[in-house]
This record gives sequence, structure tokens and C-alpha cells, in this order.
Amino acid sequence: MSSSELRRTALDATHRALGATMTDFAGWDMPLRYGSEREEHVAVRTRAGLFDLSHMGEITVTGPQAAELLNFALVGNIGTVKPGRARYTMICREDGGILDDLIVYRLGEVRYMVVANASNAQVVLDALTERAAGFDAEVRDDRDAYALLAVQGPESPGILASLTDADLDGLKYYAGLPGTVAGVPALIARTGYTGEDGFELFVKPEHAVELWQALTKAGEGAGLVPCGLSCRDTLRLEAGMPLYGNELTTSLTPFDAGLGRVVKFEKEGDFVGRAALTEAAERAASEPPRVLVGLVAEGRRVPRAGYPVVAGGEVIGEVTSGAPSPTLGKPIAMAYVDPAHAAPGTEGVGVDIRGSHEPYEVVALPFYKRRK
Amino acid sequence: MSNPQQLRYSKEHEWLSGAEDGASTVGITEHAANALGDVVFVQLPDVGDSVTAGETCGELESTKSVSDLYSPVSGEVTEVNEDVVNDPSLVNSAPFEGGWLFKVRITDEPADLLSADEYTAFTAG
Repeated sequence: MSSSELRRTALDATHRALGATMTDFAGWDMPLRYGSEREEHVAVRTRAGLFDLSHMGEITVTGPQAAELLNFALVGNIGTVKPGRARYTMICREDGGILDDLIVYRLGEVRYMVVANASNAQVVLDALTERAAGFDAEVRDDRDAYALLAVQGPESPGILASLTDADLDGLKYYAGLPGTVAGVPALIARTGYTGEDGFELFVKPEHAVELWQALTKAGEGAGLVPCGLSCRDTLRLEAGMPLYGNELTTSLTPFDAGLGRVVKFEKEGDFVGRAALTEAAERAASEPPRVLVGLVAEGRRVPRAGYPVVAGGEVIGEVTSGAPSPTLGKPIAMAYVDPAHAAPGTEGVGVDIRGSHEPYEVVALPFYKRRK
Repeated sequence: MSNPQQLRYSKEHEWLSGAEDGASTVGITEHAANALGDVVFVQLPDVGDSVTAGETCGELESTKSVSDLYSPVSGEVTEVNEDVVNDPSLVNSAPFEGGWLFKVRITDEPADLLSADEYTAFTAG
């Protein structure tokens, strides 16, 4: 795809003025980094970072049967989400394969916002629309209705508090409330994909630049820096968070991904994938599938998605994500490995890095957990 | 960014100095370093290795990717930069100076190496 065909966010000119290196991400021209991605990563871990995530796909579901529709269409129990709260969930195919992982925000009594990955937004929209047949609920494509800015890092509550009267202390992790930030109407959510405390701000695209500038100014003293998608990837990897396309695919069920807990069989009524997922859960219990583990390098060569994991000359798994970890100072990876080699501390595990078997330590995920 | 006038450049984004004590220095350009992002691992040829113009002789690994290092000329490696092996970030912070990669005694060089101005035009295109 040539750059002229890429979609641009409302902050495109801002990124260019900041000298960002841009990249094609799921058809969007997005900032990869502004300077050093390692410094951006460290800023989020120790101070604060500002992200443009406007490529994420917002879908609004409203109507008397909005919750029933979402309970049918998704694997989670959306009926139990209280107004003002959010839930991490997944949408699966009839055969149990994962179509996407999602966050669902309950914005009102009968109003929900589903946030899909950019690469899957159309698939999710199509599936929800199709699955809405027979429900008294409306599914609306709101991808163009929102820009999404995220402020992440330990300094983010202080920075945001200086720009809003909203009750941030009362806003828990995975909660969202409507408010005003720097004079701009925003849905303020305490969510993120970095392993740090932080906020995601859904605003009208025409307010994005104004809000970005206000956050930049408010964060100056605290060391906030603009951050691109490159550090977002290393931040989520350290935090052990799966990425669709890497750890999650249509060929895996949530049980294969170690995320069977998101499937709520106890909820009322049928849901898409129930039969196949019931079988997948039983299969996972009787013949454990490959396990998603963490790998930490002893050397300096970086494992990449698709590299074989080896032990005793046999391939025993595959890397799904890998990067140099700025926090650990070593290369790290997530990989699916055979259960026999999945226990933390398992000896003799390596990654085949372009023909050379490099030793790796098997560790439990996540690699990094923030101190509360 | 400016590409030093006294160097010559390959289309694979390596730079080559003039010979000093019979050997020329090779590194990657600032343009290439910026495109790679933070370099975290550098694998260089060994001293005494023969390298061939346009062929891979090592690799550079950054946060997002791994890239082959191509030799801009043919010859024998006389020295490698151990500082850059120990601290690969030198490739980003000083690509034309402390981030040099190896020295080579040239036996053959391609006719199509670029001048600084030609390389600047090449990367602008």
C-alpha cells in the first residue's frame, strides 16, 4: 500500500512536526517512534508517555437488547458489566477460533462501546452486525467518530488531574467516565496496554490536536514524552499482554492461548462458539496444549516472531513476539511451547536464531509487573 | 542530516572512508541508523575474514528488526570495532564516528559507489 492510500489520524500533522518516523500499521500511517524507542519506553515506565491510538476501532452498540446481543456475540459475560466499567473479552468464530480481543466499555444503561484492534475492526464490525439479527439493538461503526489519546506511566494521574475536574481517584482500573479534559469533552478510561497506570481518552477528532497540546504542556515538568507504536509493543510484551496476530489468531481458541478464563460458559443463553469452546476446554484439560511462556535470553541476539523454540535438538515451540527488553536489559520473547518444557526454570531450552541455537531461560509471565 | 563529503556510499547504506595505512573504514550511514531505530546487537566479521562487495558480512539488530550488513567493497578485514560490539547504541549516536564497524584492506571495489551528494539525493528519493 502506498503512503497516499494510508489512513491518517487527526494528529498526523502534529506527528510530522515532531519528526516522527511513521509506519503503515493496519492501513494507518502511525508514529513508530519520535526519537529513541528505548527512551520512550523508559519514559512510560518511570514518568509518562503520550500516545496517539486513533487507529483503534470503536463500535457502538445501543438499544434495549444491547447486553443480550453482546452476550451472544462475545465470549464474556457482558451482562455483569456495570455502567462506567469495562471488560477485557474476545470475539470468536463458531469453531472457537479467536477473531479479536476487545475491550467493552459500558457507557450507559443500554449503551456500550466495543474497542477492536485496528487490523480487525472491520471483521469485528461485520460479525457484530451479522450477529445482531433478531436483537433489539443497533451496531454502529464509530471508527471516525473518535480520536484516541493515551497517557500512560506513573506520572499520568497527576498530569491528567491538572487538566480535569473528573474524579480520577474514584476511577478504578478498567473503568471509564465521561468528563472534560482541557476543556474538551472526553470519555476518560483507566485502561492501557503498557503495564503501567494510565488513561485512554476518547475524544472527537476535531479536539485531538488541542488535547494533545494541552497534555504535552501539562506533562512538561513531569517528563512526559510523545511515544510511538514501537515502544507500545515492547511495553505490552514486558507486561505479558497478548497481541492479536502474534499470540492470538483464528487458529487458536482462548483455551489454547491460556486465556480460557475470558470464556463464561455460565452466562445465560447461547453464544457464538459455545459448542466448540466447550470441547476446546475439555481438550485443554485432558491433553494440555502448548503453553504461552516467557523466555529471557542469556545472550544478546533477539528472538523474533516465528523463530523455533528448541530443546534437545527438537523443535518444542515457536516464538510469537520478541524484542530487546529495555527494563530487563536483555532480549525477551513470548512463545508457545510444549507443556513438558513450559515450567519456569526448565533447563536446556533455546531459540533457533537464524540457525544458531541461543540459550533461553523459561520464565512465568509477565516479565514486568508495576509496583502498586 | 548531513553525509560527510570525504566518504563514499553504497546503495545498501554503508559508508567507506579513504584508505589510511592501507585500510578503509566501513560503517552504516545516519540515514540507515535512523531507519533501523535503536541498534541493540551488532555482529561483525572476524579480523582476517574476506568480504565481498555487495555480500552480507554481519548483521545489525534493532528493536523491531534484524538487518544484514553488506560490505561495500571486497577485501580482507583488518580490524573490527569492539566498542560498538559492546555498546551498539554507538551506531545510533555516532554513525560516522565512534559507531564505525570494521576496517578493510580493499582488493576490489565496485564502480558504482556514490559521492556524498549522490547518496543524499539517493536517500531523498
